[in-house]
Amino acid sequence: MTTSPLFEYAPAPESRSIVDVRPSYGLFVDGEFVDGSGETMKTVNPATEEVLSEVAVGTEADVDRAVRAARRAFTRVWGPMRPADRGKYLFRIARILQERAREFAVLESLDNGKPIRESRDVDVPLAAAHFFSHAGWADKLAHAGLGPDPRPHGVAGQVIPWNFPLLMLAWKVAPALATGNTVVLKPAETTPLTALLFAEVCRQADLPPGVVNVVTGAGDTGRAVVEHADVDKVAFTGSTEVGRSIARAVAGTRKVLTLELGGKAANIVFDDAPIDQAVEGIVRGIFFNQGHVCCAGSRLLVQESVHDEVIASLQRRIGTLRVGDPLDKNTDVGAINSAEQLARIRELSEIGEAEGAHRWQPACDLPDRGFWFPPTVFTDVSPAHRIARDEVFGPVLSVLTFRTPDEAVAKANNTTYGLSAGIWTEKGSRILAIADRLRAGVVWANTFNQFDPTSPFGGYKQSGYGREGGRQGLAAYLRGAS
Amino acid sequence: MSDRLAVRKTFKLYLGGAFPRSESGRTYAVTDARGVFLANAAWASRKDARDAVVAARGAFGTWSGATAYNRGQVLYRVAEVMEGRHAQFCEEVAAGEGLSAGRARAVVDAAVDRWVWYAGWTDKLASVLGSANPVAGPFFGFSTPEPTGVVAVLAPQRSSLLGLVSVLAPVLACGNTAVVVTSRDRPLPAVTLGEVLATSDVPGGVVNLLTGDAGEIGPWLAEHDDVDAIDLTGAPPAQAMELERLAAGSIKRVLRPPAEEPDWSADPGLSRMTPFLETKTVWHPKGV
Repeated sequence: MTTSPLFEYAPAPESRSIVDVRPSYGLFVDGEFVDGSGETMKTVNPATEEVLSEVAVGTEADVDRAVRAARRAFTRVWGPMRPADRGKYLFRIARILQERAREFAVLESLDNGKPIRESRDVDVPLAAAHFFSHAGWADKLAHAGLGPDPRPHGVAGQVIPWNFPLLMLAWKVAPALATGNTVVLKPAETTPLTALLFAEVCRQADLPPGVVNVVTGAGDTGRAVVEHADVDKVAFTGSTEVGRSIARAVAGTRKVLTLELGGKAANIVFDDAPIDQAVEGIVRGIFFNQGHVCCAGSRLLVQESVHDEVIASLQRRIGTLRVGDPLDKNTDVGAINSAEQLARIRELSEIGEAEGAHRWQPACDLPDRGFWFPPTVFTDVSPAHRIARDEVFGPVLSVLTFRTPDEAVAKANNTTYGLSAGIWTEKGSRILAIADRLRAGVVWANTFNQFDPTSPFGGYKQSGYGREGGRQGLAAYLRGAS
Repeated sequence: MSDRLAVRKTFKLYLGGAFPRSESGRTYAVTDARGVFLANAAWASRKDARDAVVAARGAFGTWSGATAYNRGQVLYRVAEVMEGRHAQFCEEVAAGEGLSAGRARAVVDAAVDRWVWYAGWTDKLASVLGSANPVAGPFFGFSTPEPTGVVAVLAPQRSSLLGLVSVLAPVLACGNTAVVVTSRDRPLPAVTLGEVLATSDVPGGVVNLLTGDAGEIGPWLAEHDDVDAIDLTGAPPAQAMELERLAAGSIKRVLRPPAEEPDWSADPGLSRMTPFLETKTVWHPKGV
């Protein structure tokens, strides 16, 4: 089914000249950019496959250098500092992020492939908000309900994913610094650039050397951070598989661990839901950020009586999504982050068809170069299908049906994950009753994919443990906190 | 002195609200602190542990879905019924832990009072740990603590009653259900506690007490996919790291063992509840 678009859009590209991407970057250790002691890797623009820059692959020795710098900074500067002053540094960082927001947005879209509309309106403002909100906590920790004198752990080793590179940095770094910890951060292999630009922000803010250290690299670098003997606190966002190996690695140590892992969220649409709003929510739930979202609403559970109406409306809406150049301000769906991720999405989609589900994709022209996958809807999906169980981490929606609220809850909870869920209904009492019974850390009712620094985020079951954001999120970074 | 022949008790497991023997048929001899034979206890097996997890999972919906007020009353009821068996607990604690009568009384008093303390927590947790979230947008958002699920508890090895209550009551106060491996050498107060639980309106399956060896049963519970969290307090020290590794397979919440068994008379604060609570955040748009 193809529909001609209502409007033709002229290209409206954001200028990339606002950001100065250097041909190569070192590591950010002890307040300086230094050469790594190992190899380098290239980071590419997933929309064009153009090499953006070369960055260092941090070795064990590099990680050790960074951890020692973080330890020194913790002991000598950041730990003893007046809490109000720590807060002021975070306020400064928040302000600089706001001032340089356009630069960050363009760089994020270049390195990650996400539409500029999202990096500009979601990633960067939320990252700044996270620093601003946590800045205020720095001198108020005694009031956080975590005891009269909660203490930082020391050095936090933080490993973050590629789907929201700057935002995940903010979720990790802001609470760590506000609570008096120092940081060794390992950005994702495919998206290191905004973390390196953030390192420049730290210098601009005159943040004392060693408080934030950025060690780029891949899996081995992350492992070195997690396993370093002088790291006190480990925070990881990424796949459940890697989360397991990290939990194993810290077993038997004194390190404290928080994990924010995968998800397979149910987005439940009842027959009394406002269908047009629900369709917008479904689209936002699964196609936001190309579906590279751990809390994506990847399983649509729709009440049988409105199935056909919802699917028809959804397909019509998907037909208007603009897939293409991430830097174009009209783009709705950008590039898949890497060739590797594209291969996984393709593989699971093929399995979906092979197992008997029906694949639907809109007619859409995809660019010749780069990594692309069109918005995809699978209907006739059974709960046993791989596409109903495995996290695809791409723009792929699996549609299942239910008849009764009990069946909806049972199907929604029928997953090893428990990160998020959605409910669409006009009936308030039903929202509250269903929300109570969903085993998920975040429940969006008549909305989806909302985030805020004051709102705790994190999973049940194999979606991980610990929370990020809100008063509850501080507990992960404070000792004796109960 | 009466010459009536005493009726001795058979010490069995407490599982799914019933008192079965170990399916393995195994028992072991329990002695007092000086090595004098007290009783044969059931020696729980892997199968018993798995049955206990099934029972605990089955009871989770009822217990976690009960109102906080109701859970508080049930836990208070446990204290009431325990009080009625005070003398029996004193005798068993004194024998097993080698305590004087006065010291045993103090321990039993503290154990009863601990139930009362946790009974009072059930309807406070949400206000103390929850929040209304002032998000930057037209949304109402709130966060509430919810129970983690099925919690495996390796109970303290030395403090057979106060230690046991101190690790079990917080798990229940949060709304979780529990599979407990008791002190291996001092299991008798745990069996008696099971009898108290069975007559205190605690639904069957909410608490399952396995007498036996934490070193043997611990690994099965640590790697069981339907166990959500594990408290390693009573784990053999040499085994704690391996148990934590096994628990990583299903991303279990792990409460690590203390370096030494703590003084259970101290104020526990929230430290034994927060590890077994999840935070759920709910958003809804505001609009007219």
